[in-house]
Amino acid sequence: MLRLGDVLLVTLQGDLHDSTAEQLQQDISETIASSSTTGVVIDLSGVEMVDSFLGRVLAEIAAKAGLLAAQTVVAGMRPAVAITLVELGLTLPGLRTALTTEDALGLLAGEASPYRSRGTRRESP
Amino acid sequence: MPEHETAGQHGSPAREVGDFLRRRREQVAQRWADTPLFRTVFTVSRDEAVEAGKAVIEALAAVASAGRVEDTEADGFTVVREQLTRTAAARSRAGAGSAQVSNEVDALRPPVVDLLVADLSQSSAEHVRECATAATVLMGTLRLVVMESALNEGRALIDRQRMELLETATPVIKLWDGIVAVPLIGTLDSARSQVVMETLLESVVDQHARFAILDITGVPTVDSLVAQHLMKTVAAARLMGAECIVSGIRPAIAQTIVHLGLDLGTVVTRASLADALAYALDQQGSGIVDPVSRGAVAR
Amino acid sequence: MQTVGCVDARLPIHSDMDLVWVRQHVRQTAAQLGFGLVEQTKLVTAASELARNTLVHGGGGEVEATVLRNGHAPGLRLAFIDEGPGIADLERALSDGYTSGDGLGMGLGGARRLVHEFAVDSSPGNGTTVTVTSWTVRPPRHREEH
Repeated sequence: MLRLGDVLLVTLQGDLHDSTAEQLQQDISETIASSSTTGVVIDLSGVEMVDSFLGRVLAEIAAKAGLLAAQTVVAGMRPAVAITLVELGLTLPGLRTALTTEDALGLLAGEASPYRSRGTRRESP
Repeated sequence: MPEHETAGQHGSPAREVGDFLRRRREQVAQRWADTPLFRTVFTVSRDEAVEAGKAVIEALAAVASAGRVEDTEADGFTVVREQLTRTAAARSRAGAGSAQVSNEVDALRPPVVDLLVADLSQSSAEHVRECATAATVLMGTLRLVVMESALNEGRALIDRQRMELLETATPVIKLWDGIVAVPLIGTLDSARSQVVMETLLESVVDQHARFAILDITGVPTVDSLVAQHLMKTVAAARLMGAECIVSGIRPAIAQTIVHLGLDLGTVVTRASLADALAYALDQQGSGIVDPVSRGAVAR
Repeated sequence: MQTVGCVDARLPIHSDMDLVWVRQHVRQTAAQLGFGLVEQTKLVTAASELARNTLVHGGGGEVEATVLRNGHAPGLRLAFIDEGPGIADLERALSDGYTSGDGLGMGLGGARRLVHEFAVDSSPGNGTTVTVTSWTVRPPRHREEH
């Protein structure tokens, strides 16, 4: 877990034990509760498989963070993992997503500013 | 399997054939080297043909000793299956039809049976007949194994080519920074939809594309299975942090979708690829400005 | 033409550490057999769901992994065996959203969609065996996907 200003960056790697995932869920909500956190970014780019258990953990992290007024963004999910999750029947509709952690941080930063900017318009010849 | 029951007994016909093959390996291999099958496949040297023949005889002996002369899946065949597949493939490349290959394999039988009968000249007529039958059955099994290997090789080739075709028929195009598209042409079935989904999502990662456009202008019909695949692609793209837009739904297809009672629900759709690109550019915040009027062309 | 090989591996399922081993074994075997990345991931995920079922609902058990050949393409069969209470209402257990424990109720029904062949043998009091099979080349016949 890494703190970047008001954002908590959580990087998941490899194959997680069920107990590790549950511990993580608890740690994240405790961290949000005890400090001013406006956003949580969960980096899944190093994860090779998400089953219904881990899917539920992710959904619950987002739900709990939401109750504590923090936005959660899941970043970097691999194509094979995404296809499998959809086939499994888990589309995780409540979860916000981004291609990379940088995108996720940008997404959260954009929302934090009072005017929601959509990037600058670019002229192209 | 009846052979199993007799396998343990000493002197069963199958065992006897096994012993004979081991004993006469050299002679049988020499005779086989002159048959059309071996002559045409091993053109470089006769020694090579003899060695190849010996390997097959070894396998046949193992199968016979195990009492499984009728079993095409007998373990003994495992070691020579690849060699037999290559042999059959070489013959069909040379233009031999399957009937011809089958006949050529069958031509390996007489040398074996002739030698066997000659070897057993001291035995009772009934025993000779039993052994000859076992050898004939064994050679028939070999023929089946060869034909099966050839068939499987053909099937594997077709499968490989089918996959290659699927992949070349699914070009993913980068339309803009962060926008990729795949124009689909022709009928979509389950296998192709799968390939489309995988290639499109891979390119989302490679191109760091926030938007992926699936253009189905060239797809003649959409059934519920294909629609389901489209929706799965959209859902998977979303999980990865990209937005997938389906464009080019022709009126007839739109009607079918309504008719089938399908709910494309949250899927973003646009009439044409151009409209989809305009939507993606607008979402991304990059607009296109007409250089003449300085007015926005696409919103 | 399908050959049934002998069981290649038998792994225990008694803790969440064992789930990790099962996933790693399935991943490795599937990769060696030549499964594509997506099919590997599907098979590993199905194995994870089913092994967790064995652990949570069956009170632990084991998985048997068998390498198959159907003539031209290799396949992997996994049998999850427990001697737990069994499943009383199979049809309901296979429907989405049904759950008797933790999870999102996707276990059995979800796993079925990730593999090519799926069979459950269970009755109350006699334990449960769930057998799944996938092939490196999908069988030509279309699977029902509803």
